Amino acid sequence: MAAVVKPPEAPAAKRGGLRAWLYKRLPIEEFISTQLTGYYAPKNFNFWYYFGVLSIVVLALQLLTGIYLTMFYKPGAATSFESVQFIMREVDYGWLIRYIHSTGASAFFLVVYLHMFRALLYGSYKPPRELLWVIGMLVYIALMAEAFMGYVLPWGNMSYWAAQVIVNLFGTIPWIGPGLVEWIRGDYGIADATLNRFFALHVVAVPLALLLLVVLHLVALRRAGSNNPDGIEIKEKLGPDGHPLDGIPFHPYYTVKDTVGVGVFFVLFAIVVFFAPTLGGYFLEHANFEPANPLSTPPEITPSWYFTPFYAILRAVPNQRLGALLLLLAVIAYLFLPWLDRSPVKSMRYKGWLSRLFFALFVAAFLGLMYAGLNPPEGAFVTLGRVCAVFYFAYFVLMPVYTRLETAKPAPERVRFHAHT
Amino acid sequence: MLTRNRLTGAPRRAVLALLLVASVASAGAAAQEASGATGFGSDWHSWKAGNSVADLASLQRGARDFLNYCNACHSLQYIRYARIGQDLKIPADLLQQFLVPPTRKPTDYIASSMPAEDAVNWFGKEPPDLSLIAQERGADYLYQYLTTFYVDPSRPTGTNNLALDTTAMPDVVSQLEGLKRAVFRTVAVNGASEQVFDHFEPVVPGSLTREQFDGFARDIVNFLDYVAEPAQLHRRALGVWVVLFLLVFTWLAWLLKREYWKDVH
Repeated sequence: MAAVVKPPEAPAAKRGGLRAWLYKRLPIEEFISTQLTGYYAPKNFNFWYYFGVLSIVVLALQLLTGIYLTMFYKPGAATSFESVQFIMREVDYGWLIRYIHSTGASAFFLVVYLHMFRALLYGSYKPPRELLWVIGMLVYIALMAEAFMGYVLPWGNMSYWAAQVIVNLFGTIPWIGPGLVEWIRGDYGIADATLNRFFALHVVAVPLALLLLVVLHLVALRRAGSNNPDGIEIKEKLGPDGHPLDGIPFHPYYTVKDTVGVGVFFVLFAIVVFFAPTLGGYFLEHANFEPANPLSTPPEITPSWYFTPFYAILRAVPNQRLGALLLLLAVIAYLFLPWLDRSPVKSMRYKGWLSRLFFALFVAAFLGLMYAGLNPPEGAFVTLGRVCAVFYFAYFVLMPVYTRLETAKPAPERVRFHAHT
Repeated sequence: MLTRNRLTGAPRRAVLALLLVASVASAGAAAQEASGATGFGSDWHSWKAGNSVADLASLQRGARDFLNYCNACHSLQYIRYARIGQDLKIPADLLQQFLVPPTRKPTDYIASSMPAEDAVNWFGKEPPDLSLIAQERGADYLYQYLTTFYVDPSRPTGTNNLALDTTAMPDVVSQLEGLKRAVFRTVAVNGASEQVFDHFEPVVPGSLTREQFDGFARDIVNFLDYVAEPAQLHRRALGVWVVLFLLVFTWLAWLLKREYWKDVH
């Protein structure tokens, strides 16, 4: 028998007017009371906890500026490059919108990498947050696809050759490789057809997937609850009111705190956009100011800085097929973390020295790979890439061993928090 | 203005320069033994353009000189005459009179005077459009390129360039700069000997002094820097206000946060 579900007593309904009218038709008040004012987050969030909200802010920024750019951008091998210059020179504030979008791409990866670093540092991938972590990694993989295809759209020479290199990676797949590459390109080379399908994927398909995944990520976060720097579950210590003793309502405490973080981020972001939009060739590469030219290979084909760690892993192996396989493993290895980590505690604060050592080496290796990938594949850079690749994978492969070998410190009962007065 | 009849002036000068180079190439070789002239240029790699797009007078001179000396072969396909007039504060009548060719409108994009087919026949390749060259190669490179032409009889144009070896471009500024030759020295590298540039020696003086020519080159580089991103002046000016606003906003947000968080113990 279906019971009649009675909506909870509505304070707004008594007041009448628009709020009451809306309340009868949309669960706005329930949303606010369960997701914002009634969602209790640990009170001991530190600096690293700004990067989740910053990821959402940058996503919104990319969507808004992207819509504006789409109004003037003309996909096509004969029109793309010119239409970007049209935006930069003839459209009112087109230069600003485009610089926000191009800087936003790099900013997106910066905040997402720091967000991921936080999760690794405090064990946010461990139970009960495995799905939260896996969904987050899917967001990251979608973001990589989105950034790569967006990078091709201006149709500069680096766009063209980066597309050439990346799409050819699919050709290393046994049996279906060559046919798959042709299917992706829609032509025998990177061409107009490739550019147009990348446009469709960049502005419609991948953003839709991204939005869906981000919503799922937030839903999973609300269900499991936020982790915190001490890596303990605040839900286990409830007060007489039924709320976690170490929790505070997300709104207003974290909305107001995040506003400060967003403000600081915007200051730094604006400094790049207005005073160094190319960031010396790291955010907008010099070779991309030349139109795509199939007959002129740039002296160095390097992807954007946020892909270079994986690019360095690809180049660390002399065999291209093996290199491509390692690149794939380097990306998907994160998906398995919840099951590789056997430590009884979550946070690095209470893990043993082996975990700390391997994590420190991993972070150093990631930065080393990034540096190696930005440089030509010669001499010391190849050696650096290989050494770093070993430590990068060691973090994942040896994790079940070192997290069991070491002795973890006991995590505290309550979170450590010092009120600032 | 250096010349008012830009369309015929620049190509004619280019041809004159070519002839001049051919005739002095042998003279230059003879002069090298006798020369006691002061050498310079050993540090050309570290030469900086040192330009500033805020220097309006320099941009105006650069626009004039570009249109006189470069535009015969090189187009600026992404910028209009009128935009230059507006940004560089050149009055419309002066723009029309001196900078816009009689056959074009101020709202036209800046094409080159040379048909692409002829260019390929004459130089082996089409001279590149220079709208974005400053973003692509950087101002310092452009400055080094403009100032390191030297006499090289082995090249079809009679000149070569340190910044871009075997450049297809003739030394069209030689009338102003004069001609210089490059002195190389032999250096042993891994057992083999290699010719390495040592310094320049003047061969034939030009119509400008070295300081004047230096200014000429810097003005053109400055102008190309502006053309590569015409919005850059506006960008920096606007940026100051945006950053100031965001700082105030963040400060207020921080005060608000501090107030709310007094409750959290």
